[in-house]
Amino acid sequence: MADPMKIRANAVGDATEVKVLMNHEMETGQRKDAQGKTVPAWFIQNVTAAWNGKTVLSAQWGPAISKNPFLSFKFKGGAKGDKVQVTWVDNKGETRTDEATIA
Amino acid sequence: MDARRRDVLKTGGGATLLAALTAVGWLKPGEALAQAPAWNKAAFEAKTIDEALKALGSAGPAQSKDIAFVSTPDIAENGAVVPVGVSSSMPKVESIAILIEKNPSPLTAVFAIPAGTEPTVTTRVKMGQSSNVYALVRSDGKVFVASKEIKVTLGGCGG
Repeated sequence: MADPMKIRANAVGDATEVKVLMNHEMETGQRKDAQGKTVPAWFIQNVTAAWNGKTVLSAQWGPAISKNPFLSFKFKGGAKGDKVQVTWVDNKGETRTDEATIA
Repeated sequence: MDARRRDVLKTGGGATLLAALTAVGWLKPGEALAQAPAWNKAAFEAKTIDEALKALGSAGPAQSKDIAFVSTPDIAENGAVVPVGVSSSMPKVESIAILIEKNPSPLTAVFAIPAGTEPTVTTRVKMGQSSNVYALVRSDGKVFVASKEIKVTLGGCGG
């Protein structure tokens, strides 16, 4: 199973700022290894963030997102103590969900 | 005899751990997959900006001054990690897309912005070489674009 994400969610006024650092190789499928063979693409395709069961951001990504992707966004609402959940799915079908408490 | 005991412990322990994880709900195969929106394969595999725009259904976007790049450098030293932030002051933003002109596949990311989420996203991208970066914003059914040139001193695609 993939390594956990680091998620930080902070209440700023009436909004919540979320910062996510995921752990993923994000292979582009363009790189070649020492033997000259192409390294197959392996990257996160879908990211969804939910607060109280409501989707606050969903994204589709290509392989040009950096290794160990960073993502930050802001949504209205969210009180201290609420949970923010982030899920990603990669092109191999692997998935990971992590949760953070709004501070 | 000792060695065999170790084996039993290992296999036994592994199976219990897996069962425990499923029970607690950490492993939910399929559930997350069902929630996520479909991945736009045609758009992400397009080789030019125009093809990608067509595949996104956003051909012929209008230039806009209401789209800003935030915390995005003019010169990136390392093309493997280029911070790109897109922010828009337009109302009713439905989605934000990031395209990099000279990458093998220009379309990098599409963010769907539901009501209540601010039209500002920041992430980090890879750039093969210096290129124009386009921010595409769909607002109230219309498509707008802004661009910025980012110079890369070291390529990020294993080159």
